[in-house]
Amino acid sequence: MRTEIRIGGFGGQGVILAGIILGKAASLFDNNEAVQTQSYGPEARGGASKCEVVISDSEVEYPKVQSPDILVAMSNEALIKYIVDLKDEGTLIVDPGTTDIEDVREFIDQHNIKVFNAPATKTANDEIGLKIVANIVMVGAITKVTGIISENAAIESIKDSVPAGTEEKNIKAFKAGYNLI
Amino acid sequence: MSQEFFIQGNEACAKGALRAGCRFFAGYPITPSTEVAETLARELPKVGGSFVQMEDEIASVGAIIGGSWGGTKSMTATSGPGLSLMQENIGYAFISETPIVIVDVQRGSPSTGQPTMAAQGDMMQARWGSHGDYEPIALSPSSVQEFFDFTIKAFNLAEQFRTPVFVMADEIIGHMREKIVVEDDIEIIPRQMPEDKDNYLPFKNVENGTNPMPAFGEGFNIHVTGLTHDERGYPDTNDPETHNDLVQRLCDKVLNNCDKICSVKSKSCEDADIIIISYGAPVRSAIEAVSVARSEGKKVGYIKLDTPWPFPEEEIKNLSSNASDIIVAEMNLGQMYYEVDRVLPNDVNIHLIGKIGGLMPTPDEILSKINEIGGN
Amino acid sequence: MSSDENKFTPYMRKDRLPHIFCPGCGNGTIMNAFLKGMEKAEMDFDNIAMVSGIGCSSRIPGYMNCDSLHTTHGRALSFATGLKTANKSLDVVVFTGDGDCASIGGNHLIHAARRNINLTVICINNNIYGMTGGQISPTSPKGSFGTTAPYGNQDTPFNLAELVAAAGATYSARWTTIQIENLVTSIKDGLKNPGFSFIEVVTQCPTYYGRKNKLRTPTAMVAIMKANTIFKSSADRMRERDLEGKIVVGEFAKKQKAEFTENIERISEEKFGNKTVINSAYETEL
Repeated sequence: MRTEIRIGGFGGQGVILAGIILGKAASLFDNNEAVQTQSYGPEARGGASKCEVVISDSEVEYPKVQSPDILVAMSNEALIKYIVDLKDEGTLIVDPGTTDIEDVREFIDQHNIKVFNAPATKTANDEIGLKIVANIVMVGAITKVTGIISENAAIESIKDSVPAGTEEKNIKAFKAGYNLI
Repeated sequence: MSQEFFIQGNEACAKGALRAGCRFFAGYPITPSTEVAETLARELPKVGGSFVQMEDEIASVGAIIGGSWGGTKSMTATSGPGLSLMQENIGYAFISETPIVIVDVQRGSPSTGQPTMAAQGDMMQARWGSHGDYEPIALSPSSVQEFFDFTIKAFNLAEQFRTPVFVMADEIIGHMREKIVVEDDIEIIPRQMPEDKDNYLPFKNVENGTNPMPAFGEGFNIHVTGLTHDERGYPDTNDPETHNDLVQRLCDKVLNNCDKICSVKSKSCEDADIIIISYGAPVRSAIEAVSVARSEGKKVGYIKLDTPWPFPEEEIKNLSSNASDIIVAEMNLGQMYYEVDRVLPNDVNIHLIGKIGGLMPTPDEILSKINEIGGN
Repeated sequence: MSSDENKFTPYMRKDRLPHIFCPGCGNGTIMNAFLKGMEKAEMDFDNIAMVSGIGCSSRIPGYMNCDSLHTTHGRALSFATGLKTANKSLDVVVFTGDGDCASIGGNHLIHAARRNINLTVICINNNIYGMTGGQISPTSPKGSFGTTAPYGNQDTPFNLAELVAAAGATYSARWTTIQIENLVTSIKDGLKNPGFSFIEVVTQCPTYYGRKNKLRTPTAMVAIMKANTIFKSSADRMRERDLEGKIVVGEFAKKQKAEFTENIERISEEKFGNKTVINSAYETEL
């Protein structure tokens, strides 16, 4: 089964790292196949950032996301821009602190989208005291909601991806996200 | 024991270079290849190698040719605009029979074009970009694993044939992340030091094998020049025969070894009416399209060119002997398409999916071409 | 050695002689000066590798019996940078000309000087393109004639030794083919300087520069060159407008600064230990 995930947000929110963690978890620690891609613009900071992951139990040939099964929106701009590609009955995970779900209510209703609120930025701030781990909180929420990667693989992947010395905080962030939903 | 990594194509390329024994990189920053340089800037000092950021791409190729004669496997990485600048010294590497590896992570072009988007518009530049007659070797990876493997293969071929070798990647393969498996036992071909200092001829014809290549400073006192030269390396620019012998030999050492160099992968071609030919990122769509078409009972197969250059003419002819239609799927407006058209008989219909704009052809686009042709 | 053989002949590829230089050309004088300077510096000739670009001066390494890399036009310094970085134990000498290093290779020149890479560059400045037949170069004096300046050159020439000194070289000097002893000393000093050394030699090209500028004999050219030469110590006290058309000779940089390949090696060694393998291309396992 091929599952397509798109994560969108602002540059600097760490959506690329979130995607890398998902892909690495699936392919190195869950025995699945995964491809991670991202879009690049000329801006070095700010602007829109998009990261895509395809996870499958067999070889992933076409590497790009065509119509995501899962959309994770960490900015309102990303929510509005990418919601239209989401599959019918697809999964939408939003950070209510940075998005306004009402802007896309019509699409959600028409296409039977399953919506999950994951206040990643607030949780990162309140529970970890570090706004920059909002992306890892979101990985926790994605893992719980979708089951696309296992909890154990996610933790191993985080350990392998974050700067040395920050593993503990990041795993705490992951767990906080995992328990959000 | 093998190791697994989930890394970007460009990082895998750098890893492959290190594994192949590359200890010198000279380059100039250019999107979308820069991660190759950045990774090697970090990793080369760890293994006693050298990284130099040169003033431009012309100097980058000059430096790696110098590095190679200095006894070190040497590489550069760039994208289209940089490859254009490199052509002068790439020609020098051909005529001076200097093993170097040039990685091109292709982007939208011509000119500055689309720095962050994928293309395959440099295929003919790799083939004909420098002036004069020569036969390049080029490898095109379709996965992060292949970007690692083919970079190693490029170094091996460069040493085996004492020639520059291109790795023609694209932005998609360069930037995507996938798992690679690094095996413990990978074949690495080292350079051979000549033995007889008095009678060694650095540019003589060696029928089956490689003419050993000395490093500067080892007492061989050889002269290396971009001018037409004799077996000793001495310029001899007015004798038509010397020039003919030299250039013909340079071409023949590749052309006469196509069976050793050329590599294709294929599937379901034996009974196929329609065959998709592609290389680099578009292969991924071709494979998916073939599996969908086959599941619908259509007789479709694919050929993947691991080595676009030298063009795997015989392999393509043999594999497509039963096909009535060929689809060439590439990210340009038709470059390898004309090569396919050149080698296949007139009664085979050759179709082009030439996609530019920065994205690769999708499986759906290939499937609709198959339907349009009427595959059954 | 036969009695009529030059004492420097053993350094040469005898099977490549005679050379292609014109009668009256300064290249032979400069080759002599180089070999003299090299002996004075007590260099091991077997450890010298020569690199050159395109032009008359760039043909010199082809006549020397050492490893030599005769490269593309203007690019010699980039090849030399790679060669020296790959094997820093080599003594790398670059022969180049005014067209080669100041025009098409100008960018490589200033960057090599900026890096202070340990190369010794002999720039033979004849103020004209000799090999292509007498076109003006970036060092052609204002008002001089060339096949591409039939009405006289209007451009201001580069002062190469000063340019290279400003770009960061640790040794830079200019002499003409007349001040041989000074030239030999500078070549010696340049070879011994552990950094970027640039020795500009202003020379006569009777075949093209002379013919185009009514200086038909080598002696006429040398006489004019001599008359126009001013030592730097005197020039330093002169006004700029009085120096127009003069050849200022002397040393323009002589200092110590960290060297490029040493920096690379130091960082690698300090952080990761000494792992450099000379001639690593020949190893199966690294």
